[in-house]
Amino acid sequence: MAAMPSGRFEIDRRSLIRTAGLGAVSLAGVGVLAACSTGGSSGGGGTSGGGSLTFGSNASDPVPKQAYAAFVSAFEKKSKDKVTTNVSDHNSFQDKITNYLQGSPDDAFTWFAGYRMQYIAAKGLVGDVSDVWAKIGGNYSDALKKASTGADGKQYFVPNYNYPWGFFYRKSLWAANGWTVPATFDELIALAKKMKAKGIIPIEFADKDAWPACGTFDYLDMRINGYQFHVDLCAHKEAWNSPQVAEVFSTWKEMLPYQDPSAAGLTWQEGAQKLGTKKAGMMLLGSFITQQFTDAAVLADIGFFPFPAVKVEGTDAVEAPIDGLMLSKKGAQNQAAKDMLAFMGTGAGQGAYAAVDKSNIMTAKDADTSGYSAFTKELSGVIANAKSISQFFDRDALPAMASNVLEPAMLNFIKSGSINLASIESQAKTLYAQQ
Amino acid sequence: MVGIPTLIQLVLVWIPTLASIVLSFFKWDGLGLSGFHFNGLVNYNFVFNQAPQFWPAVLHNIVWLLFLGIIGTPLGLLLAVLLDSKIRGSRVYQTVFFMPVMLSLALIGIIWELMYSQNNGLINNVLGTAGTPGAIDWYGNSNVNLFAALVAATWRHAGYIMVLYLAGLKGVDPAIKEAASLDGANGRQTFFRIVFPAMAATNIIIVVITVIESLRAFDIVYVINHGQNGLELLSVLIVEYLVGETQVIGIGSAFAVVLLVISLVPIVIYLSRTFRNQE
Repeated sequence: MAAMPSGRFEIDRRSLIRTAGLGAVSLAGVGVLAACSTGGSSGGGGTSGGGSLTFGSNASDPVPKQAYAAFVSAFEKKSKDKVTTNVSDHNSFQDKITNYLQGSPDDAFTWFAGYRMQYIAAKGLVGDVSDVWAKIGGNYSDALKKASTGADGKQYFVPNYNYPWGFFYRKSLWAANGWTVPATFDELIALAKKMKAKGIIPIEFADKDAWPACGTFDYLDMRINGYQFHVDLCAHKEAWNSPQVAEVFSTWKEMLPYQDPSAAGLTWQEGAQKLGTKKAGMMLLGSFITQQFTDAAVLADIGFFPFPAVKVEGTDAVEAPIDGLMLSKKGAQNQAAKDMLAFMGTGAGQGAYAAVDKSNIMTAKDADTSGYSAFTKELSGVIANAKSISQFFDRDALPAMASNVLEPAMLNFIKSGSINLASIESQAKTLYAQQ
Repeated sequence: MVGIPTLIQLVLVWIPTLASIVLSFFKWDGLGLSGFHFNGLVNYNFVFNQAPQFWPAVLHNIVWLLFLGIIGTPLGLLLAVLLDSKIRGSRVYQTVFFMPVMLSLALIGIIWELMYSQNNGLINNVLGTAGTPGAIDWYGNSNVNLFAALVAATWRHAGYIMVLYLAGLKGVDPAIKEAASLDGANGRQTFFRIVFPAMAATNIIIVVITVIESLRAFDIVYVINHGQNGLELLSVLIVEYLVGETQVIGIGSAFAVVLLVISLVPIVIYLSRTFRNQE
């Protein structure tokens, strides 16, 4: 909702471009609309052996929406099952999830790995998909299987794609100024100084929606205190008023003067536009940022580098949230729904999605990566070489801790440069005790 | 037949209210009875002592009340008095000023974004600051966004008050105005000494409406930025802790009970006045 005022312009611009003909994208969209709406007549009489299922999708942005539509139509073609897709607004789907699952949920639905998946699984709100994993397990790495497993050791989630967080920049701008990719935090600050002297916002930062700041926090915490500390902090096994967390914010304070001063009022889409128009030097965000660059020339000019090393573990840890599918309790009784999740675990299924939404990395081992651009290959290499993968603070920690405590506190930190860690710790104690 | 309204009142108002009060002393995951545990005053301790947003939210609600009470409501009264005199095109003006009342506050928040947007908005373009680093971000800057939201809310509130006062003014007997002018009172004296006190019933309704509007203010700030960053309100805190993934029922209920207690103050004053007048 918060992004609505500016979001409207985005949609206008996007739909304009789509009408103008982003070939493959619009074709896929049309094909699937037909598949969804024509009821009994589609499927060419192949309904004989076919079951049916409903699919609740949070992919409300144009590109992911068409990508899931392409996936669904590929599944329908293969299985002769009928899928009815219900698309909800991305943020409100998230907000309503517990009510949704307790009410009359769809058979299959889109969700995230991490604490958010484990929480609804532990509360018994979703269907066990261990038998699906028996079929597709060999197609995933151990890290992905672990990310799909609940606290009870059963699998509840089938990954579709993930996407790395890191710094994005315009290669031509950097080349023109002779700037090079910083490997350490000190180099990053030195580079930022040079950019600021040129009148460019060194590090674009957009925190109107309050969650983007988690990316900076996660990386600083993992680079300063290590991956394990970060995970323990998210689970509140470590205290917030510790010297380790204080060091995260004191380090951030060195970086703060180089981040966009109007961050509190900007959506990430607006921030990405500043990067695209070379008003900003670099931006820390997920690779979904590339969805904003609809001009192919700009897109080809985008480069990526991991968050530089600060203190420990170099750049071993990568933040790469995983999105995928889950089954409701009702869906776990529906073979067609299980078949669709199994299809998501194959290269063919993920390929159908990735053919439309190219900003992500497929997770299945047999996925056909020949269609990857050099840029996507680079991103996928970053994830493949990572020693540990974090999700994102609002996926790794208690949702109330992220949205109601840390995010407002960081928004305040961005403006005032000070943070009250004792207050955060006292809130964390009360909130985690309520679960 | 009295039973049906009583039953509706009981089911829709009293049971949820009492349930909120009970829940504010418990911790509950909202799923089964197994997760239901007595929590003492922990939730209230969180509200008053731990949540950093609580006191700013109280302050913002008070600012909201003062702004509507000192600027919004008198503005509506002024419009009503001006339009009640027989000026040309009074109906047209009435329609124009009443138009925003028909829109939801959420929509008004979006409409005003066209005024307030940092680089594309009307205000900054008129000021000539749009696109420069000095451009004020009216919704994003926590020093000004509360007042930006209040101006937008007043745009609607004044029209609402205007209509109520127009009706009130029509109900004032013209004879007492004539009597006043025969006694040599000027226009201002006639209004403040005669007409305004004669609208006592309307005035009380307006006071109650102004108080209620400022306590239930929610939609416009939620649309602007989910009620963060300078726009915290008590209603927003309730929603943050009661709705969605971030749900912590006990704490959300404690916030709701605090708002309930605050709301009871004007309600009790209003009701006791009403009953006293009837006796």
